[in-house]
Amino acid sequence: MDFQDFPAHPDGPASAETLAETGCEAREHLVVIGNGMAGCRAIEELLARDAGRYRVTIFGAEPHVNYNRIMLSPVLAGEKTFDDIVINDHAWYADNDIALIADDPVTAIDRAGKTVTSRSGRTVGYDRLLIATGSDPFIIPVPGKDLPGVISFRDMKDVDTMLAAAEAGRAQGGGSAVVIGGGLLGLEAAHGLTLRGMNVTVLHLPGTLMERQLDEAAGWLLKTALEGRGQTILTNADTAEIYGEGKVEGVRLKDGREIPASLVVMAVGIRPSAALARAAGLEVGRGIKVDDHMVTSDPAILAVGECVEHDGNVYGLVAPLWDMCRSLADGLVDKVNPYRGSVTSTKLKVAGLDVFSAGDFSGTGAGCEDIVLRDASRGIYKRLVLQDDRIIGAVLYGDTADGSWYFDLLKKGESVTDLRDVLIFGQAFASGGGQSDPKAAVAALSDDAEICGCNGVRKGQVVSCIAKGAHSLDAVRAGCKASASCGSCTGLVETLLALTLGEDVEAGPKTLCNCTSFTHDDVRREIVAQAMKSIPDVMQKLHWSTPDGCASCRPALNYYLLCAWPGAYEDDQQSRFVNERLHANIQKDGTYSVVPRMWGGLTSPRELRAIADVVEKYDAPMVKVTGGQRLDIFGIRKEDLPAVWADLNAAGMVSGHAYGKALRTVKTCVGSEWCRFGTQDSTGLGVKLEKMGWGSWMPHKFKIAVSGCPRNCAEATIKDFGVICVDSGYELHVGGNGGIRVRATDLLCKVATEQEAMDYCAAFIQLYREEARYLERTAPWIERVGLDHVKARIVEDHVGREALRARFLYSQSFSQDDPWAERAAGTGHELHGHMAAFKPIAAEEMA
Amino acid sequence: MIGEWLDIGWLNEIPVRGSRTVPVEGGEEIAVFRTGDDKLFALVNRCPHRKGPLSQGIVHGHSVTCPLHNWNIALATGEAQGEDKGCTPTIPVKIDGGRVLICRASTLKAAA
Repeated sequence: MDFQDFPAHPDGPASAETLAETGCEAREHLVVIGNGMAGCRAIEELLARDAGRYRVTIFGAEPHVNYNRIMLSPVLAGEKTFDDIVINDHAWYADNDIALIADDPVTAIDRAGKTVTSRSGRTVGYDRLLIATGSDPFIIPVPGKDLPGVISFRDMKDVDTMLAAAEAGRAQGGGSAVVIGGGLLGLEAAHGLTLRGMNVTVLHLPGTLMERQLDEAAGWLLKTALEGRGQTILTNADTAEIYGEGKVEGVRLKDGREIPASLVVMAVGIRPSAALARAAGLEVGRGIKVDDHMVTSDPAILAVGECVEHDGNVYGLVAPLWDMCRSLADGLVDKVNPYRGSVTSTKLKVAGLDVFSAGDFSGTGAGCEDIVLRDASRGIYKRLVLQDDRIIGAVLYGDTADGSWYFDLLKKGESVTDLRDVLIFGQAFASGGGQSDPKAAVAALSDDAEICGCNGVRKGQVVSCIAKGAHSLDAVRAGCKASASCGSCTGLVETLLALTLGEDVEAGPKTLCNCTSFTHDDVRREIVAQAMKSIPDVMQKLHWSTPDGCASCRPALNYYLLCAWPGAYEDDQQSRFVNERLHANIQKDGTYSVVPRMWGGLTSPRELRAIADVVEKYDAPMVKVTGGQRLDIFGIRKEDLPAVWADLNAAGMVSGHAYGKALRTVKTCVGSEWCRFGTQDSTGLGVKLEKMGWGSWMPHKFKIAVSGCPRNCAEATIKDFGVICVDSGYELHVGGNGGIRVRATDLLCKVATEQEAMDYCAAFIQLYREEARYLERTAPWIERVGLDHVKARIVEDHVGREALRARFLYSQSFSQDDPWAERAAGTGHELHGHMAAFKPIAAEEMA
Repeated sequence: MIGEWLDIGWLNEIPVRGSRTVPVEGGEEIAVFRTGDDKLFALVNRCPHRKGPLSQGIVHGHSVTCPLHNWNIALATGEAQGEDKGCTPTIPVKIDGGRVLICRASTLKAAA
């Protein structure tokens, strides 16, 4: 590793400072204390200006390369890995000839001798020194704060501790965690721990969550949304002590309440890490005092980031850091570009919920006026604070698309008198009516409008990056880091790509369809994370590029929403393929075929008589035995379908869903009831499985078979779920397919009882429903995720299996109404009848 | 007297992003589409590819996807989009007082 190359002993023959002293190295030596976001960003800015000017050495306290600290939350949540959030890898240090001394914090600065000394005793001389020590978490001084299990949320080590606690909790059937502090960091920690299966309680001293970024109304919406995800949020909660014998056991509040927990995350705030500077005699207020070029009271020493105090202000957000680093780097190359402080905006996802705020939104100043828009059903709240017809503050919750526009107006301080009536409806509406092109809105943004809040990238930088040859989303992410972190600006970046390149944009990873930049998995995750409950909501929040999608994404979204919100989501008929809309199979001549359900392949004289009657009554040209042990009636006209269904219903038959991405047939053999080889009642189990699973919508069609012995007459080993009965129980097989590409099933496991076979089947169906992409059969799905994954979820994880089964049965409680019966009773008659009929000859005669 | 326009019913009888049909005796069925932005289009209910009933397709933007083989047809022109080539006849349509009117002459012509 390259940072190991640096000699550990200060007197080493080839050490950097001796080289400098002997004149072999003509460049000035810039030493950076802090390998975090500020320190490395400053060096990046410097390299962009004059790469050869300084020799650079960076000291880091953590044993890692430079990573994006604000992306620790997705790592905790399991959405990203550490490698995903690395900003500069080892190659960057090597390529730029930067010596990285990691895992060795600087402990002292000798200003007179111009050296720094590290924990390991290493002393390094400097010409210029940059302090970028960031901030320290604030630990509230309560009894028990030092108990094992009390941590902050500041670095990878904290994340590892949290993951270990979640793992330990899971082994005991679910652990409990308390997060003290309902600010951004605390809520991110709580969200991640919830996703990792812990029961989380958030304690927040003020009455409003994120009170520094949100007003009361938005804070309340956030609280309600988080509670809806199972977190317990206690506001006005004052911690008295953390108790436990030898390790954390819980938190006691001043009002006497006790919350048991095996992990306490302290996230009440941060303060500048200035102890090192103070000890060196630098001027320190709340932070290390710096001038407009980030120079401290010692001209040889600079400081940048969260550790500094500039003009009386300290900043705890990432955006001001970019401005500071620009001024600092300009100063290092003798260019004047004074930093004038930052007006901060916060655009972020708190636990998957979009939140934006900027400026002063307290609304308490003289002459302050509010413009407020609330859309309760969509969970949207927007508030603009105006003073003298200028925007001075904004709070957006739920829909933050216009945040950068409002922030732009705020920073420019322009009068909004002419826009006032339409301001709250956003830029697209204000600049030309509700139908206006979203691309025009992006085109209208000024070059210094911020596109990516995580990495401080402005529109001009993105455009110039594209102009230099970055012709895909990935290339832009690599080139200027826009959209490379949280991804909430992906839509904006893609619009810029389209505006700059037209048709020449190169495709990134396979997206759900051409209407979106998100993949199937992205969309599913966000539907749940952002609690999106309708197709327009998804298209709005995920920046769909088309007004109402296409024939690929609409059915997929309809399914994902249906799966995510059983009972709550209202099926969109217009987003269904014709077969699922008309509950029959369209044929090449535009007529339909009708397949009633025959449970487990069993039928009766009454059913057969009814089918025979239908065939004659509606003059069906053909009736055929299907491959799935039932009867298919062909050539039925759309207009006749409801009457056909009414006749079949009258004989007790229901829809066979032969047309649906749903449970089709359950094929059986006769089993132990008749067969001399049968080991179990395969027909009976088949009927039970079909009764359990019918009516459920799935990513694709789903077939089951039950064979009564290993001779496997029901061909269970090419079904999505196959049961092969044996003397000692039931072998469960999954992922078979008899279609274009034949695939035999994999053996999932063997169970002893019929009930277990049913339970495993329900859990397997639900896992498939939740994880497979729309139109992905079980066979390719299992090949993609691996049989081991399915086994881990269904066979090894008993609690998880039971939860899957419960979710499936809950979902089924809403889906087992026969769709034919509803139609036969008159619902959706407009889908079947003509609107009018035109007889030209009669009309001509009348004329 | 028979006007230039045939009254086929109320606008709200056609579902948004959906279609209703009007059979024409001795001729081809007409499909009337209503899009998400509440525009109306009328075409012969026949895909230029394999004669699929366009009225049963998914309506998106100002296009419909044929239910048989997923051809995308532009509602305004009847032209197949993308790589596919072919055209379905269109019929002028308008709304008057909430009633949907289709052009009589074009309907007769399509029927012929």
